[in-house]
Amino acid sequence: MDLNLFTGLFTLAIIKAAPLVFGALCGLLGERSGVINIGIEGMMLIGAFMSFLGSALFNKWTGGLLPPNVALLVGLLVGVVSSVIIAALHAVLSIHYKIDQVISGTVINLLAVGITNYVANVYIDPTHLSGVGVFPKLPIPILSKIPFIGQVLFSHQPMIYLMLVLVIFLQYAVFHTPWGLRMRSVGEHPRAADTVGINVNRTRYINVILGGVMAGLGGAIMVLESVGRFQKLMTSGRGFIALAALIFGRWTSVGAFGSALLFGFSEALGVRLQFGDLNHIYALVVVSGLAVLGVGFFWLVRKLIAKESFKKSYLSIGIVLLLGCSILVGANLVKFPTISIPIEFLGLLPYILTIFVLTGFVRKATGPAAVGQPYEKQ
Amino acid sequence: MKNNNIETVLKIENITKRFPGVLANDAISFDLRPQEIHCLLGENGAGKSTLMNIIYGLYQQDEGRILVNDEDVDIQNPNDALRLGIGMVHQHFMLIPVMTVTENLMLGHEKTSGMPLGKLAKLDRQTVSAELKVLADQYGLSVDPDAYVEDLSVGEAQRVEILKILYKGAEILILDEPTAVLTPQETDELFEIMRSLVKQGKSIIFITHKLKEVLAIADRITVLRQGKTVGTTTPHETSMHELASMMVGRDVLLTVEKGSSNPAEVVLKVEDLWVKDNRNVEVVQGVSFQIRAGEIYGIAGVQGNGQTELVEALTGLRKATGGMVRLKDQDVTHANARSLTKAGTAHVPEDRQKHGLVMGFSIDTNLILQTYYQLPFSEHGFIDLDAIRENAERLVREFDVRTPSINTAVSSLSGGNQQKVIVARELSRPIQLLIVNQPTRGLDVGSIEFIHKRIIEARDSGVAVLLVSAELDEILSLSDRIGVMFSGKIVAEMDAEAADRRTLGFYMAGLSHKPVEESREIG
Repeated sequence: MDLNLFTGLFTLAIIKAAPLVFGALCGLLGERSGVINIGIEGMMLIGAFMSFLGSALFNKWTGGLLPPNVALLVGLLVGVVSSVIIAALHAVLSIHYKIDQVISGTVINLLAVGITNYVANVYIDPTHLSGVGVFPKLPIPILSKIPFIGQVLFSHQPMIYLMLVLVIFLQYAVFHTPWGLRMRSVGEHPRAADTVGINVNRTRYINVILGGVMAGLGGAIMVLESVGRFQKLMTSGRGFIALAALIFGRWTSVGAFGSALLFGFSEALGVRLQFGDLNHIYALVVVSGLAVLGVGFFWLVRKLIAKESFKKSYLSIGIVLLLGCSILVGANLVKFPTISIPIEFLGLLPYILTIFVLTGFVRKATGPAAVGQPYEKQ
Repeated sequence: MKNNNIETVLKIENITKRFPGVLANDAISFDLRPQEIHCLLGENGAGKSTLMNIIYGLYQQDEGRILVNDEDVDIQNPNDALRLGIGMVHQHFMLIPVMTVTENLMLGHEKTSGMPLGKLAKLDRQTVSAELKVLADQYGLSVDPDAYVEDLSVGEAQRVEILKILYKGAEILILDEPTAVLTPQETDELFEIMRSLVKQGKSIIFITHKLKEVLAIADRITVLRQGKTVGTTTPHETSMHELASMMVGRDVLLTVEKGSSNPAEVVLKVEDLWVKDNRNVEVVQGVSFQIRAGEIYGIAGVQGNGQTELVEALTGLRKATGGMVRLKDQDVTHANARSLTKAGTAHVPEDRQKHGLVMGFSIDTNLILQTYYQLPFSEHGFIDLDAIRENAERLVREFDVRTPSINTAVSSLSGGNQQKVIVARELSRPIQLLIVNQPTRGLDVGSIEFIHKRIIEARDSGVAVLLVSAELDEILSLSDRIGVMFSGKIVAEMDAEAADRRTLGFYMAGLSHKPVEESREIG
């Protein structure tokens, strides 16, 4: 096994996970306050579209006199503001008019596809409007020199750092501040929150709109730090995978980050295998060995955190870890036949994983109790 | 004590509140003296809760004024009320189940430590939890600050509610039907707490419709009926009978009138029945009894001694793991709910909202839940809406269900009327066995009287009745024979004439005629 291969894979996994993480944070803020957001997909699409349009048009109108980074920042701002406007629409429909939140979100998804496809067809494609490129990499001094971790975490474009900061900040804010306590109370039992003087609907408005900021960032990062231009339907279901990551991460930002990373990794693997220099079967076996190891470690850590006596699970955890190790060792001993899996199937990896995760692991997960219910003051 | 120079801590004058189509409060006046327990008595819908929600700032009055410590106040929201020292314990707990006791306590008035970042500063759980302990000791309300509310018993959750408003500095406590969800033991504990609170200077408004409780704890009693004050009295000047008449507005029979029973052939025969609960524990352990046509067999017992699972097994909702149940000549041990229904079993379940009704459905639909597929409601696979409507109109009239229309969703009915819908549905079929579990829990005097009368009528028409209730009075006044259930077994069985509260309470506590050392405390 080649360490460089894994460094590359994990770095790519973080990059691929980033839109999912932003999307999941959007869902987190909404659902923790009791508002389902099925429209993350649409908000991200609008965010991606408007950040491209914003940066490209700004560059065009200023005649390219200002440095591209300024145009990119303007694009970011335009993308986020547009997503916030869409989020505000969702908030008004579902909080003020008490429309079914799933329907409101679906409306947003349809609206986003319609608008972006239309404008792309009538304006972007015919005029061959070109992008301004992407944000440059900003390796963090000293930290980026750490082997492996430095490369994976600290040698990225700026929005990745923003994502890491937001994940940690929200984990703290949701669970350890008055703001977070109030938000969660509104999502769990709005009437109880009301009786201690918390404004339920205001809390929900604020959260849904802050969620719009997150979704906007998630859309913008796909344009401004990845491909550099808008492609029709470019979110391709990431808003929904983000929701799956949120559920799998049990409605916490660090949990959602972890599960988004899992989806990101599978996407990265799909991309990496397309290069053709790796034995596909070998790689998949190694990855499944790593996955088994990961499950074992995750289990161990949870038992240690829970501080309960883990005598009973001791043996099972040991067996899982041993199994993971033997798969890894075995993979390097056996000679695998060279079968190459078609690219289309590799691209399916994250979606297949989503199905497995949603059907297999999250059956027991329960979200905030009052999610999806408009608040009526009797 | 500091209020010694003040005559009243809270006074309301001519409060009127209108809702669309309803006059909920009609010029109500009432006052609360320092260190007093003032009972507000009235049937469901008499306007008690509306009045309290006005005092607590959840609603605003249309007319009238509120005085706190002889000063005119304007209460716009719960925060205003809390600032004036008014705290309310709601009928349905206002606690967040997935949060700890400490978090629930500080919600809305959080304490923070570290950097002053306002709403984004770090929550100071330790300080609050320490303050909670001090407060809990002071009032004798023991509770674990780090426990999650969802893991607490109902009694403990209520203590948290009381602590929550004490923590926010309440001097006037409004307790809205606090005993509706409590077992008799928990009710006694609550009364102890209330007495201790009053001793330490608090004043309490206690809302209820249970007459016995009123006489046991009140200093003064104000009775409301249909949004109006009927009068104020004290326990010494009044009686249960008089209070009941004031509440309902007519003479009420508190004790059920029933003739002697004429038991005929055995209808239900239960032999050595074993049942497991959801945690896979045997909670019914070898129960045997039989009920004859035309008699009421009452099962008394503290809740959680296997009654729920016993009834579920008898009604086909839970598998029995051993033993035999016979309905007349039929072995129905493993029969499912529909075949039992067809065989003539009627069931008024313990949790009327969860198992008795489909809350989102209208009254007419709820009335045909078991018979929708039969004539006259269905023919050739098509529903006959006219037949359903006629059936509903007849039953609503016959069972006195108070509702704007038969198309009203049952979720918007009061508890008493919901129970009447269930009873109407169950008794409108030809039945030979009626199983009723906690039939009058949380209902007002009028509805209780009505439902008791219907149960007796069913008995007199030759139905065998199994009555399970935690209310001893109900068991004693309705049953012909009584079995006492304790930790999964029927520990005693007697004729109703031979039973009294003391004897039953004795068996319910798990005591028997064996030496005292073996006696156990019950929770």
